[in-house]
Amino acid sequence: MAEVIVVTSGKGGVGKTTTTSNIGAALSSMGKKVVLVDTDIGLRNLDLVMGLENRVVFNLVDVIEGSCKLQSALVKDKRFENLYLLPAAQTKDKDAINEEQMKKLCEELKSDFDYIILDCPAGIEQGFKNAVAGADRAIVVTTPEVSAVRDADKIIGMLTAHGVTEYKLLVNRVRVDMVKRGDMIGLEDIIDILGIKLIGVVPDDENIIISTNRGEPAVLNEKSKPAEAYKNVAKRIMGIDVPLMDLEEKGGIFSAIKRIFGK
Amino acid sequence: MMEFFNRLFPRNKSKNVAKERLKLVLMGDRGVSPEVLEKIKGEIIGVLSKYIEIEDNELDFKIANTENEDGTAIVPALVANIPIRRIKK
Repeated sequence: MAEVIVVTSGKGGVGKTTTTSNIGAALSSMGKKVVLVDTDIGLRNLDLVMGLENRVVFNLVDVIEGSCKLQSALVKDKRFENLYLLPAAQTKDKDAINEEQMKKLCEELKSDFDYIILDCPAGIEQGFKNAVAGADRAIVVTTPEVSAVRDADKIIGMLTAHGVTEYKLLVNRVRVDMVKRGDMIGLEDIIDILGIKLIGVVPDDENIIISTNRGEPAVLNEKSKPAEAYKNVAKRIMGIDVPLMDLEEKGGIFSAIKRIFGK
Repeated sequence: MMEFFNRLFPRNKSKNVAKERLKLVLMGDRGVSPEVLEKIKGEIIGVLSKYIEIEDNELDFKIANTENEDGTAIVPALVANIPIRRIKK
């Protein structure tokens, strides 16, 4: 029943690492046993985003090369019941491992975890190939920008070529005010252009930066919009049908009045 | 005021510009590459040559931005300019 999910995007900086960390935290808070694997060898960051950077001893390359046991490389996140991190190596490069080795590692992790989530590096080179090699399905992260959507399209084509035929789209950093104004590509348009199904929408929110500053997954902040969005994504991964959340700001006098008078 | 103008001229909205540009660029990315275009060209010329003689040197074959029929959007179109030397009998 275990599943390997790769979080990918093509373009860098669209929120793959943040997405990986939050989906992992959300799944774990819903009782699943989860391991997050940072496959971005040479540009290790998932540990930092999760606030686990001081606890890294061994890494992915150590495990694959056999210089340590898998168990000793896993970093347990103490804030969550069943959340683990397998960090990337920082001093090696993407060619330090190959696709077969990643497949083998994923199979090994499957016997121990419900969900194995792989944080894929940006780009379409060896790092991407390694990350998708062992994946059962993919989450393609994009933002409502032309460059990110174009790269997402390229990645969707490459996933199919690499045998990953089940993939869904996560649209990150949506600004409702700009969409309304007509200055940001809307959700329907992105889906229409890319022709793939949606797994979630995450609003652009300063809480993400604040959480990352502190090294805490945003889902820990119960009240924030992104927390709700990521939890919804986690539920959909588990096969629970949840409607798309209302991205509108709840604050402001106008909406307060609207709430009081029941719209 | 800007809102009012945007509503009058929806095409000016930057999201529509983005959408149109994306659709075009993705068509190229997805496979209407110069090579594919060259193949399409070759096959169309092949069919036409059965009935007409074509001026090979002045052929123009490309994918270009064009306004759609009611002028509300820019759409990609295959534009071919094929000069005829003579009709075959």
